Amino acid sequence: MGEAIVITSGKGGVGKTTTSANIGTALALLGKKVCLVDTDIGLRNLDVVMGLENRIIYDLCDVADGRCRLNQALVKDKRFEELYMLPAAQTRDKNSVSPEQVKDIILELKKDFEYVIIDCPAGIEQGFKNAVAGADQAIVVTTPENAAVRDADRVIGLLESSHIQSPKLVVNRIRNNMVKSGDMLDIDGILQVLNIDLIGIVPDDELVIKAANSGEPTVMNPDSLAAIAYRNIARRILGDTVPLMQMEQKKGAFSRFKKFFGMG
Amino acid sequence: MTVKSNHVTIKGIRDGLVFLLDDQCEFEELLYELRYKLEHSHQNILTGPIVHVDIKLGAREITEDQKEEILDILKQKGNLLIRSFDSPALVQEVKGPPPIVTMCGMVRSGQVLHHEGNLLFLGDINPGGTVTCTGDIYVLGSLRGMAHAGISGDEEAIIAASVFAPTQLRIADVISRPPDEWESHETGMEFAYLQDNQMQIDKMSNIVRLRRDFNVFKGV
Repeated sequence: MGEAIVITSGKGGVGKTTTSANIGTALALLGKKVCLVDTDIGLRNLDVVMGLENRIIYDLCDVADGRCRLNQALVKDKRFEELYMLPAAQTRDKNSVSPEQVKDIILELKKDFEYVIIDCPAGIEQGFKNAVAGADQAIVVTTPENAAVRDADRVIGLLESSHIQSPKLVVNRIRNNMVKSGDMLDIDGILQVLNIDLIGIVPDDELVIKAANSGEPTVMNPDSLAAIAYRNIARRILGDTVPLMQMEQKKGAFSRFKKFFGMG
Repeated sequence: MTVKSNHVTIKGIRDGLVFLLDDQCEFEELLYELRYKLEHSHQNILTGPIVHVDIKLGAREITEDQKEEILDILKQKGNLLIRSFDSPALVQEVKGPPPIVTMCGMVRSGQVLHHEGNLLFLGDINPGGTVTCTGDIYVLGSLRGMAHAGISGDEEAIIAASVFAPTQLRIADVISRPPDEWESHETGMEFAYLQDNQMQIDKMSNIVRLRRDFNVFKGV
C-alpha cells in the first residue's frame, strides 16, 4: 500500500503544480513508482508542466463517473517507466466530483503505486476538500510573502482539524539577496508563524519557468539550484536526512583564497 | 432494557429520601435512569404519603434547564416534595471571581477561540486568528492576531501576551490597532487595558498600578 501526499497552499500561484511535478519526477528519478493526480478540475495545468497534454484520453471525472477504467485514464510519462499521471477534466468544474469519489480513486492508486502525489487547486472550497479527502500526508507550499504565509496558516489549520495530522512545509521561490537586505521574509520568520516541520527550501530560479514552458520538470536539469532542492525534498520524503541547502551564492576560488588570508 | 450501572442511588433517611445522582456519567443517561427507577420501583415509599426529598448531584455542574429537567421527572410522582437541591454550580456563584481556565494549542488564521471567563492561553495566536473572552486574556506565546477581552462589556478586562504584536485589540467596545494608536517599544511582556475609554499599553511590571488586587504579596 503506497502513500498519498497532497500538495496544497491556499493561495494561488505559489508553485503547487510545479512542486507536484518536480517532487513526483524526483521520486521517480530515485526509482519509486509514482502517480501524479491533478485535482484542479476546470483549470488543469499539471499535464502542461509535465509535457503530457497531448496524450490525455480520459480524465479524473471519466473515472469517477465510470466512463472508463482507472488504468485507461492514466497517462504514462515520456521519461520514466514508473511515472504516471491522472489528469483532471478541463470541461467540468470542481463540483463534478465528490470527496468520496476522489478518495476511492486514490485508494485504488495506492494499491499499485508507492507514492501518489495529489496536486490541489487554490482555495479552500470543494476542490480543496476533494484533494485532501484521499491523502495520508500533506505538503504545504508557501512563498516568502505575507499573503502566502497567511493563506498557508489557514490551510494548515484546516488540515490539522482534518485527518491529516502533521503537514510539512516547502518554502518556494526564496531570493537570498532579498532576504539578506531584509526585503523578504526569512525562513525563521515564516517557521515562527506557521510552526510546522520544514521539508525543503526552493530558491527562485529562472530555469523553473523555462522548464515548465518546455514541459520538462526542472528536476531533470542538474545545473538548476531548484532542481537540487526538489531532489532533496524527495529524499526527505523517503526518510533520508539531508541537510538544508546553503542559500549562499557560490564563491569563486579567488574570494575563498582572499578569505583565507583575512582579506575577504 | 435493564439498567445495570447504578448512577442513581435512593437512600432512606429519618425524615425522607436522599437521591444521590452520579457525577461522572452522561447527563442523558442519568435522566434515563432516574425516570426508570421512579417508574419501575415497587417500593411503596414512592407511592405512599408525602415524602421530603434531598437531591445531591456530587461534583456535576448543571445549567438551570438541566435542573428543571430533573425536577420535572420528580414532580411526576405527586408525593415527592423537593426540600433541597445540592449542586456545585449553584454554590459557586457565591464563591468570588471565576477561576482562570488554561487552554493550549495554536489559533491559526480563520480560527476563532471563544471562552466565557478568564483565559490563559499557551501557544500562539496567528494573524487572522481570533480569541474572544468575557474576561481577561493572558497569552503565553505570541499574540499576532486579534484579541477581544471583556466581550460582553467588561471594561476592566485586560489582554496580556509574552510577545505582543496583535493585528487588532478590543476591550469591551473599544477597538484599537497598532501602530497608529500606540507603539510597542518594549521587548518584554506587555498588556493592554482601558483608561478613560482609551486603549493603553504598558509593560507587565506596571500591572500592579492598575489592579491592586493582583498584588497578593502581603509579607514583611
